[in-house]
Amino acid sequence: MPELPIALPAHVPLSWYLILSVILFVVGAAGFLLRRNIITVFMCIELMLNAVNLTFIAFSHQLKQVDGHIFSFFVMVVAAAEAAVGLAIILTVFKNRSTLEVDEVSSMKL
Amino acid sequence: MDALLFLLFAAIAVGCAINLVLQTHPISSALSLVGVMGSLAVLYLLLGGEFIAAVQLIVYAGAIMVLFIFVIMLLNAGAEQKPTRNILRAAVALPLLFTLLAIGAFLVASQTPSTDVVKFGSFIVGGREIGSALFTTYLLPFEATSILILIAILGAIVLARKEI
Repeated sequence: MPELPIALPAHVPLSWYLILSVILFVVGAAGFLLRRNIITVFMCIELMLNAVNLTFIAFSHQLKQVDGHIFSFFVMVVAAAEAAVGLAIILTVFKNRSTLEVDEVSSMKL
Repeated sequence: MDALLFLLFAAIAVGCAINLVLQTHPISSALSLVGVMGSLAVLYLLLGGEFIAAVQLIVYAGAIMVLFIFVIMLLNAGAEQKPTRNILRAAVALPLLFTLLAIGAFLVASQTPSTDVVKFGSFIVGGREIGSALFTTYLLPFEATSILILIAILGAIVLARKEI
């Protein structure tokens, strides 16, 4: 294998995983705040949940315990249930208002 | 080798995540999300989570994304219109978010000792460990998730009925 031009460490520090998780969470939050399509907003929520899962797995590896994996498993289960109910809500909103813009759905506004 | 794999898949994940936010068509966003989830599954493997990587691929990249794409196709969702007053919102939100990013990265970098490295193979969690923890210590939450899923199914059926 040829030598790489930059010296890479043989093993990755744990903080790289955590910083990647922070980046993914912030990108998801930015999409959540900036996008108007309700389906894309929903996908950004899934992205934030995935970033949190990565943190769980990284800390589980650091502490050498299984609990982080269990918690991320539960996060996945809750995300699946949330996706089912949320997409049903999106279907109902689209049926009643025939729009997917989050700004248009404002019937609860005073 | 670990660092190379990490950097490759982290770059794929971040690129796909940014692409998710920037694309205007929901189908493109959904495909970018599949890319994020696939590369995160590889990162879980590097952290020794065999079971959770498989579940990530099956549940997230398989089931949930099929649900998303099904709904996008069902609603025939087109591209978003050009945002009109989004500039003000972006001007306020983006600096705040990058401040959040900087604070988070600083906290992570200052709090974790740099001697903690992730060696592939030093700690591997397979189905056996997950199962034994799930059915002894975490039995009650596991049973609660079954009720949660049942309620979610019933709620989805009630919401997606014809008249509401």
